[in-house]
Amino acid sequence: MTTAVSPPVQLGWFRRNQIKLAPWLFLAPGLIMFFIYVLAPIGQSIWISFFDWDGLGKATWIGLGNYVEMLDDTNFYISLKNNLLWLVLYMLSVPAGLGIALFLNQNVVGIRLYKSLFFFPFVISQVVVGLMFTWFYAPDFGLLSGLIQAITGSKVAILADDRYATYGIIAAGLWPQIAYVMILYLTGLNNINPEQIEAARMDHAKGFALFWHIILPQLRPATFIAVVVTVIGALRSFDLVSIMTHGGPYGSTRVLSYYMYEQALSEYGYRMGYGAAIAVVLFLIMMVFITFFITRMIAQERNG
Amino acid sequence: MFIKRLSLAAFALALSASTVLAGEIVLNSDQSDPAPKKAMEQLIADFQAANPGITVKWNNFDHEGYKSAINNFLKANPPDVAAWYAGNRMAPQVKAGLFEDVTDVWEKNGLNDTLKSAASSMTIDGKKWGVPYTYYQWGIYYRADIFKAQGIEPPKTWAELVAACAKLKAAGISPFAIGTKALWPTGGWFDYMDLRVNGYQFHMDLTSGKVPYTDPKVKAVFDKWAELVKPGYYIENHAALDWQDAMPQFVQGKAAMYLMGNFVVAPMKAGGLKEDQIGFLQFPEITAGMPKAEDAPTDTFHIPSGAKNKEDAKKFLAFVASADAQTKLNNILGQLPVNNKSAKPDDKFLNAGFSVLANAAGLAQFFDRDAPADMAKAGMEGFQKFMVHPEMEDAILADLEKVRARVYK
Repeated sequence: MTTAVSPPVQLGWFRRNQIKLAPWLFLAPGLIMFFIYVLAPIGQSIWISFFDWDGLGKATWIGLGNYVEMLDDTNFYISLKNNLLWLVLYMLSVPAGLGIALFLNQNVVGIRLYKSLFFFPFVISQVVVGLMFTWFYAPDFGLLSGLIQAITGSKVAILADDRYATYGIIAAGLWPQIAYVMILYLTGLNNINPEQIEAARMDHAKGFALFWHIILPQLRPATFIAVVVTVIGALRSFDLVSIMTHGGPYGSTRVLSYYMYEQALSEYGYRMGYGAAIAVVLFLIMMVFITFFITRMIAQERNG
Repeated sequence: MFIKRLSLAAFALALSASTVLAGEIVLNSDQSDPAPKKAMEQLIADFQAANPGITVKWNNFDHEGYKSAINNFLKANPPDVAAWYAGNRMAPQVKAGLFEDVTDVWEKNGLNDTLKSAASSMTIDGKKWGVPYTYYQWGIYYRADIFKAQGIEPPKTWAELVAACAKLKAAGISPFAIGTKALWPTGGWFDYMDLRVNGYQFHMDLTSGKVPYTDPKVKAVFDKWAELVKPGYYIENHAALDWQDAMPQFVQGKAAMYLMGNFVVAPMKAGGLKEDQIGFLQFPEITAGMPKAEDAPTDTFHIPSGAKNKEDAKKFLAFVASADAQTKLNNILGQLPVNNKSAKPDDKFLNAGFSVLANAAGLAQFFDRDAPADMAKAGMEGFQKFMVHPEMEDAILADLEKVRARVYK
């Protein structure tokens, strides 16, 4: 007796490749959004930087002309120097945030209230922080100026002096940034393995040795994120510079992001092409850090 | 009968349709300070009363933010009427075709006669691009009571001014109040120094890029200015102060003079000064015999080329240009009407300003309106730097020359 064997059903292309296609389909909405709102504008900015355009009329092609001009521009180098200052000094927020987090990591009554108060600076808008510090630094009625006058007898207007203004703004920026890093570390401290600490205590480890060899390595993920966030914050620092000094006095507190805004979008800024070129330079600087972070994260994913 | 009723209905429909279309105009402006805001509210109310079919939808922006917002909304969402400034300040928008040519409004309403003093600052390529409605004088406002107490006569020449400053400084009073954080007050100082040392034509040539900043005549201006900067005749730390923040020093008697526009009088009075404590003097003569030109920045209204209701917008411009509207507007603003048929103001400072401007050898629009935007920004930064570091004069002039070579190519 012969049984009729039906020919094998030929599955459609989609059904055959479903497993390979599924990840891409899930990623598609995100990828499309990312392309439209991040990649395409980056490409457009790079494209605009090759033109001489006032933002209103016709754009003329000048190739690398904007970049050549940038090499000779003192304001560009001042902005670059200020960005480096921001980057280096903003890193102070990481140990400072860690210090405060360690301090707040106790079970005293009302500790939640204190944690909220310490976190408060990060919650308020950067513009408000900038305004408050401007009044704090003001030469005639500011608290800091009054304090310095009481101690040394001479007035110092921090934001009017091109030697100190950048440091004054960075100090204002550190206030919310330390709060942010503190919260990251508080979360990290909550996730520390208590058994490791028990074991270390039984080996008579205490104080700084306990901190350095046991606690800090376990905070590595939190430190990584804190550094990422701090670097991004330092390179992006537009709000404070804009509110506190408008890039002054005479451009000495300019950073690249503010210079780009001044050239392309502000009241006296009719140079879209040049502003875009500055934006591209800022992007390339950030790419250095982004590449470093992403390779670290991929390595961790692979090993973890 | 049916045809008659149909035609009647059609007629009624046409009538109602025309009243539905008779419009609304959208007006964008930047009168966020209290006196200008009140003046605008009055103007809009009067316009709507005189033109019952038209309503004005007014979008009032913050004064400083408007200067960045205008380039956006002219392209993305143009109103029917927009406020802006005259001269080189409106040139980028005119060259990009964002403003409507309103030469017909000028001709239809005889504005070439009544608005003659500001006509040249509204003209580019022989066409008119907007309507001016107010201007104001700049000059040195001084504490008349402090001058009297110190035995100082209002100076008429440079030598008298420097002597007065020395006397005030010796008495522990800062001669000049200024707030350079927003940069533009330095432009007023440079304008007057240049107009008095080198004259109106040279200043116009300099701001239109025909003269290099390394020219010895420009250096002469800075050298003269250094006679006020080096001995410290300006208040300390002005680079951290906005012009409003420098005001308390003038009101409290810690500073005796303030080179500013007439809009400074209202805050001075609000701060507690009485009218007889404030004096006005024209910026003194520097080069002997040089005819005196003045800064008289002009505020204007324009029609964006993308406006939807240009017809009613033109009616608004014609209304703003009229003598009565300008009299009323400037009464509240405390400034001078451009229309020469408007009633002369009865305020002591405006009267002084009126005669100063009427006899001026030329009217400059202010450094950040006469010079193109990039040059203005670099220039004013240079002036601020000079006021803090006068020893860097040569380096500053060299930097300004570099910017000029690029901007005016």
